[in-house]
Amino acid sequence: MTPRNGRLGWSDVTPKAHWLNRRQIIGAAAVALSAPGLALPGRARAATYPKSAYSTDAQPTSLEDITNYNNFYEFGLGKEDPARYAGALTVDPWSVKIDGLVDKPGTWDLAEVLNGAPLEERIYRFRCVEAWSMVIPWVGFELSWLLNRVGVQPGAKYVAFETLVRPEEMPGQQTAILDWPYREGLRLDEAMHPLTILATGLYGEEMPKQNGAPIRLVVPWKYGFKSIKSIVRISLVAEEPETTWNQQNSREYGFYSNVNPEVDHPRWSQASERVIGAGLFGGRQDTLMFNGYAEEVASLYAGQDLRKDY
Amino acid sequence: MERLNALARRVPVPVIWGLGLLPLAWLVWLTFTDGLGPDPVKALEHQLGLRSLQFLVAVLCVTPLRWLGLNLLRFRRALGLLAFVYAVLHVLVWAGLDMGLRWDEIARDLVKRWYIVIGMVGFVAMIPLAVTSTNAAIRRMGAARWRSLHRLVYLAAAAGAVHWVVLVKAWPAEPLIYAGAVAGLLAMRWLRARGILPQLARRVWG
Repeated sequence: MTPRNGRLGWSDVTPKAHWLNRRQIIGAAAVALSAPGLALPGRARAATYPKSAYSTDAQPTSLEDITNYNNFYEFGLGKEDPARYAGALTVDPWSVKIDGLVDKPGTWDLAEVLNGAPLEERIYRFRCVEAWSMVIPWVGFELSWLLNRVGVQPGAKYVAFETLVRPEEMPGQQTAILDWPYREGLRLDEAMHPLTILATGLYGEEMPKQNGAPIRLVVPWKYGFKSIKSIVRISLVAEEPETTWNQQNSREYGFYSNVNPEVDHPRWSQASERVIGAGLFGGRQDTLMFNGYAEEVASLYAGQDLRKDY
Repeated sequence: MERLNALARRVPVPVIWGLGLLPLAWLVWLTFTDGLGPDPVKALEHQLGLRSLQFLVAVLCVTPLRWLGLNLLRFRRALGLLAFVYAVLHVLVWAGLDMGLRWDEIARDLVKRWYIVIGMVGFVAMIPLAVTSTNAAIRRMGAARWRSLHRLVYLAAAAGAVHWVVLVKAWPAEPLIYAGAVAGLLAMRWLRARGILPQLARRVWG
């Protein structure tokens, strides 16, 4: 890969074979030294993770593109702002408040959240509402695993999520471009679906800060803004929660926001998408219903009018 | 002001062309050195559109500066044509590289998408201005008719600014600043035509 503007890129980092080697040694040492179950919070614990049957075999987007083209308004409006400013974010210590209609509410240290988490590699298509797409090799675990651990009470119908608010480390939050904290939500059946994961890394490494470190949601059949980053709160609730973009402009951003080539954004078409990394002459590809995950998730919306529930 | 005018008289018009095409040369350089970032199409498209709008704003500044005594009229044709060159490239990149010549989608966007309709109105408004930008055209049309035709630049600039405001998510500052600049430059003309601006100026500056 050519370095951009003379900057060092990810490709200039230690060759993969070297660090794989190094990690195996360090990993073995860590296993030998640490008490069982004492995970390193927010750190990738091994270079390779079990592969998942849910992964696409599409070619993943380069790490350089995944980490330099982000919508993360907490760090600014430009796609390059998160890569530029997210370095200042403190992700350790990190705690996640889990509350609402759960058996075991409380504020959990990230290490406790991840304790025993069945991390695996999930290579998912990622479709932004702005009509561009990537393929991202996430490392994460099914959200249902965590929800089952905390015990979802019968009255819970939705899951609400919140991103960290820390304007001193997140310069974008110093202006009221959105109503902070960033909030997102899922219906409980969507949250419990095996495709829905909490991701803690990508490309076998811990999550880059600009991609939502240390822990973020990934819902691959919905537009990217549903996959909330840097989560500090997960609440089980009875009513449909307020979500940030829906509040900002409910006509343009629905609560569901399932990828749907037949339901256009009021201002632009969703029929096709530009593939990041395809280069100048990459053109467009057709957008797939539910971003290609129709077989897995279409049944969740049986009987719903997706033009109304956009 | 006299010294500024004397200086401006000494600058040959091709210098404006040279400076005005520098951003294009830079974009071409970035294109061929992989310098446009992860989404080169969007970057190219945005940069070309932005330059076009900047030159439109520059064109609209010429007359108000003349009211203040600074005469840059000699450069106005070059500035206008530069705005047009960047607009043509912007539209070509949109249709060719961004839309990938998907004509059915392009056609649908041209009737359904407000920001594309508005942008296209602005672009189409610039075509007759570019075509009649020669001295011969001014002679053929007569100064009065030529001048009234060239008021279309107001429409082009307003459409360009609105096009940007309408296409972004939320309310980022930059497109709003450009829209404000265009609105201000147009408002000045309106106020002056009604004789309000000179009154205001007298009140402010005595």
